[in-house]
Amino acid sequence: MKQLTWKDLPLGGYVLEPGNARKNLTGTWRTERPVIDQDACIRCRICWMYCPEPAILELKKPYTTKSGKKYDLTYEIDYDHCKGCGICAHECPVKAIKMVPEVGGG
Amino acid sequence: MKVYFRTIKDLPGEEYFGPGQLTCAGCGPSIAVRWLLKAAGPDVIVVNATGCIEVTSTSYPYTAWSIPYLHVAFENSAAAASGVESAIKVLRRKGILDTKARVMVIAGDGGTYDIGLQSLSGMLERGHGVLYVLYDNEAYMNTGIQRSGGTPHFAWTTTSPVGSKLKGKVQRKKDIMSIVMAHHIPYAATANIAYPIDLANKVKTALEYLDEGPAFIHVLAPCPPGWRYPEEMTVEIARLATETGYFPLYEWDHGKIRLNPPSNAHLDKSKRKPITEYLKRQGRFAHLTEEDIKEIEKEIDEYWDYLSRLVKAFG
Repeated sequence: MKQLTWKDLPLGGYVLEPGNARKNLTGTWRTERPVIDQDACIRCRICWMYCPEPAILELKKPYTTKSGKKYDLTYEIDYDHCKGCGICAHECPVKAIKMVPEVGGG
Repeated sequence: MKVYFRTIKDLPGEEYFGPGQLTCAGCGPSIAVRWLLKAAGPDVIVVNATGCIEVTSTSYPYTAWSIPYLHVAFENSAAAASGVESAIKVLRRKGILDTKARVMVIAGDGGTYDIGLQSLSGMLERGHGVLYVLYDNEAYMNTGIQRSGGTPHFAWTTTSPVGSKLKGKVQRKKDIMSIVMAHHIPYAATANIAYPIDLANKVKTALEYLDEGPAFIHVLAPCPPGWRYPEEMTVEIARLATETGYFPLYEWDHGKIRLNPPSNAHLDKSKRKPITEYLKRQGRFAHLTEEDIKEIEKEIDEYWDYLSRLVKAFG
C-alpha cells in the first residue's frame, strides 16, 4: 500500500472514492475457511443473504452438477474479504458449506 | 407495510456497503446495514452517528460506503439529517438541484436510546422526512461493551458486572418504540436481521412515506463479542429473539399497529419458544438462576400483554 502524505489528501476529511474499503483485505483475519460443495449447493441464496461482509459472490456462471442438474448461478467465496465467521456454513439448509482450518487443515 | 420483495429471489443484488469494513467476524449490525442499503438503493444519503458501524466502516482514508455518507457525533445525527433534508428541499424549490434522494440516519442503541434521544425527538416533532434506523446491539460495543439504555435486564456488560452484589444490569430495557410512536409519526417498525425480506420491505415502505413525515425502524442486530457467543450463531440468535417473543416484529402505520410474521402468531404464549432457548446460547446471560429466568419471562409476558392491548386499541 502506498503511504499518502497530507498533500495528497482532500480537505475536510472527505473520501472521494466510493467503497474503497475493499482494499482492506480482511480475509487475512480468517482461521477457518468456508468451502462450498458446488454439487450439493441448491442455489437457495441463504448464505448470500446472511453474509455480513458481503463475501459470498453471486456469479452468473452456469454450472452442471455431477447428477446432471443445470444451474445459471454459481455462488463463490471472496477469500480476500471473508473473515471466516461461519454464518454461511451454519445457516446452509443442505450443509453444502464446510469450514476448513486455514492452517493444518489441507 | 407494502410488499416489494415477496421471496428471497426478489431481493436486489447490488451492494452499497462493504466489503472490507473492519467489523468483527459474524457482525450483526453489518448484516443490518447491508440490507438497509440494498433495500434503499442508490438514491439515499446516509447520516451516521458515531458507533460500531461508523468506527469500523470509515477508517480514514477508506470508506465501506458506496453512497453519499456523512459522519456526525453521537448526539446530533438526527439534527444533521434534518439539515440535509431541509437543504435538499430548499435547493429543489430554487431549482438548483433536481434529486429525489432520501435521507437515512443510521445510529446504534447508544446513539439513540441515550445520547441522541433529544435530537431524534426533535426531528420527529419537527416532522422532517427522514428515515431513522436504529441498529440495536444492546450496549456500547465498540468502546468495550458498556451498558446502554438498550441493554436488557440481567445482561452482563463491563459496567453492569456480575458478582455477589450485582447480577448484570439492574434496570429493564427502554421501550424506544413506544417513545417514537408517541410522536405520532407516519411509520415506525421493528425488524430483525434474521428476516431480511421483512426488513427490506419495511425500509422500502418507510422511504415511500417520507413525503408525509419521519419514519423509524428498530433493527435487532446481535453482537458476538458483546453478547458472548460463537460468531456463526449471529443469525440463529437473532431468529430466536423473535421466536421466543423477546423481540416481537410489529409496525405502526398511520395510527394502526400490526404484528408481522412470525410474531403475529405469538399473542398466544404457547406458540412462543421457551425463553431459555434464547438465553442459554449467550454468555452475557450465563449467570442466570431459575428465578432470574422466571423474572425475564414475566417481563416478556407483561410486554406482550401491553402489545396485545395496543393491537386491540389500534389494530
